[in-house]
Amino acid sequence: MTPFTTLTALACPLDIDNIDTDQLIPARFMKRPRSQGYGDVLLYDLRRDEAGALRPDFPLNQPHWQGAQILIAGRNFGGGSSREAAVYALADHGIRCVIAPSLGDIFKGNAVNNGLLPLTLPEADCRRLAALVVQGDGRVTVDLAARQLRCGTAVFDFDIDPVWRMKLLNGWDDIGLTASHAGAIAAFQERDAVLRPWAQPRLQSKG
Amino acid sequence: MTEAPLTLFEKVWNRHVVVAREDGACLLWIDRHFVHEGSFHGFDALRARGGRVARPDLTFGIADHYVPTRGGEAGIADAEIARMITQLRGNAREHGLRHFDLADPGQGIVHVVGPEQGLILPGTTVVCGDSHTTTNGAFGAIAFGIGASEVAHVLMTQTLWQRPPRLMRITVRGRLGAGVSAKDLALHIIATVGSNGAAGFAVEYAGPAIGALSMEGRMTLCNMTIEAGARSGMVAPDAVTVEFLRGRPYAPDVDAVAAEWLALATDAGAHFARELHLDAAEVAPMVTWGTAPEEAAPIGGLVPDPADMPGRAAHVQAVLDYMGLLPGMALQDITIDQVFIGSCTNSRIEDLRAAAAVLAGRRARVPGLVSPGSMQVKAQAEAEGLDRIFTEAGLEWAGSGCSMCVAMNGDRVAAGRRCASTTNRNFRGRQGAGARTHLMSPAMVAAAAVTGHLTDVRMLEGRG
Repeated sequence: MTPFTTLTALACPLDIDNIDTDQLIPARFMKRPRSQGYGDVLLYDLRRDEAGALRPDFPLNQPHWQGAQILIAGRNFGGGSSREAAVYALADHGIRCVIAPSLGDIFKGNAVNNGLLPLTLPEADCRRLAALVVQGDGRVTVDLAARQLRCGTAVFDFDIDPVWRMKLLNGWDDIGLTASHAGAIAAFQERDAVLRPWAQPRLQSKG
Repeated sequence: MTEAPLTLFEKVWNRHVVVAREDGACLLWIDRHFVHEGSFHGFDALRARGGRVARPDLTFGIADHYVPTRGGEAGIADAEIARMITQLRGNAREHGLRHFDLADPGQGIVHVVGPEQGLILPGTTVVCGDSHTTTNGAFGAIAFGIGASEVAHVLMTQTLWQRPPRLMRITVRGRLGAGVSAKDLALHIIATVGSNGAAGFAVEYAGPAIGALSMEGRMTLCNMTIEAGARSGMVAPDAVTVEFLRGRPYAPDVDAVAAEWLALATDAGAHFARELHLDAAEVAPMVTWGTAPEEAAPIGGLVPDPADMPGRAAHVQAVLDYMGLLPGMALQDITIDQVFIGSCTNSRIEDLRAAAAVLAGRRARVPGLVSPGSMQVKAQAEAEGLDRIFTEAGLEWAGSGCSMCVAMNGDRVAAGRRCASTTNRNFRGRQGAGARTHLMSPAMVAAAAVTGHLTDVRMLEGRG
């Protein structure tokens, strides 16, 4: 996974509450393999009209925000379904960081597993940041090592789970990390089979 | 020496910690992993690493999201949907998983089938690449939805890295009134705490009103916990739980384990970071008016006026525009085009009985679809004659699957149409692009079907 250290990029405000993962990628587009890419279907029904044409008034479609890699979103962004394809759609569209007053719980974990930084800031700070990008050149610097957002002369400190921060900074992947604990997992299974024999499904797999 | 009092969650969690790191991350053992058609990204990731499923005996395949509810294999809407079903079948076969496939008498919606087969047990950890995995917390399990990267991780290691969430207890005193169900309680709670109000928390439901719920009711409540943003919802195992599990195919001899399960209950004096106390008597039948489950109100209420909601006016107006509703109109004046009874939230036998009790001897004014949560629920309902009540009322009786809740399998609500639905999400486009969804209980959906508009089921005369 690509490490996330610092990013300076256009930050597009998307001031809509409750953009759930069904909005980020409608269910009908989830059948494709990962290799096909998901960027074109990001926010499909919000970004496009009934005929599939891009709506000119939707922020991400406006010329000014082309190439944006940061989203400044509304409350409860990414709530709902656990579909990781919501993160694939954002990532494949070029988004590397989402900032919102609150984010969906499963979405946040999925984001980190794909090198996308999920940040929460108080609602007032999100509004201020959105106003600053509109007034200024639209660019925000995200400094994950320093846990700081900078926009012009304004600085916002942010909190993030230290485990996630280390994962993102180093581009670590959980499966590689877990492999180093194979001994502990084997020992746990041996112990657990004695302590909780009832936890084994009674009917065994028939294949 | 007295030990510190522990919560139900902590007791279950502590038994599953394989590795505890200094930074707070824990490697957690997973007792049950369910995969469905959407889990293909996880299998693809596994394949890319040349990995194998670590514990095929703890991994179960279930076809539900994309299955047609009419006509079996031949009823599959298109080739792409067929590929989703055969892809899961192939992955299950390749890795030697027990797979509840289309023609299997045990097939159904994953969160209906798991409990029904006795696969969900108190004190276990349960994951699935589906956010409504929270349903299974009804048994006193730690159960939560995961993304595709985590699916791959569980397939390869049977473990998951997790941080202990904060704990919240919702205590409900009293008893729910007649015509008020677990679904109404769930919507009441979500409207109270908000769609993201329980984010970062694992919720335990407690109190007399919870103890009085059947397992079906507890599953509905835990199912909807994700709609308040929580990681998981749980109910402590009790005699109701034990009796539900007795004799189920994959369950152990319950009498041999019951004492161990019952001891999982939260100790007196255990600490919760947040406590919420509710009175069941204050819960009325609920309906949603908006496009998030938090946008719900008692059926006697009004559609909100954006003018009364400073700071939220533009959002609420956009929601009302999508829903085609006017500010201040009575919720009971909202006319509907169709109804849907089904989904992992409300498709179990008790849900179908509640809807049938309202529909018995009546005709629906609008068309509708009833999709039982599993083939076993379907057989049970037919043995009780519920299918005839639905069809005589004019509704269609179909097979089991995620059906019209997800709009991936051929069942969907057309653009601009309004559906009274027992499902869990009223998101824009959830039931089909442009569809308008009102969430409510099975009895309330049945009442709406009878009158053609949102209706307080308690006001229907001669209610069964």
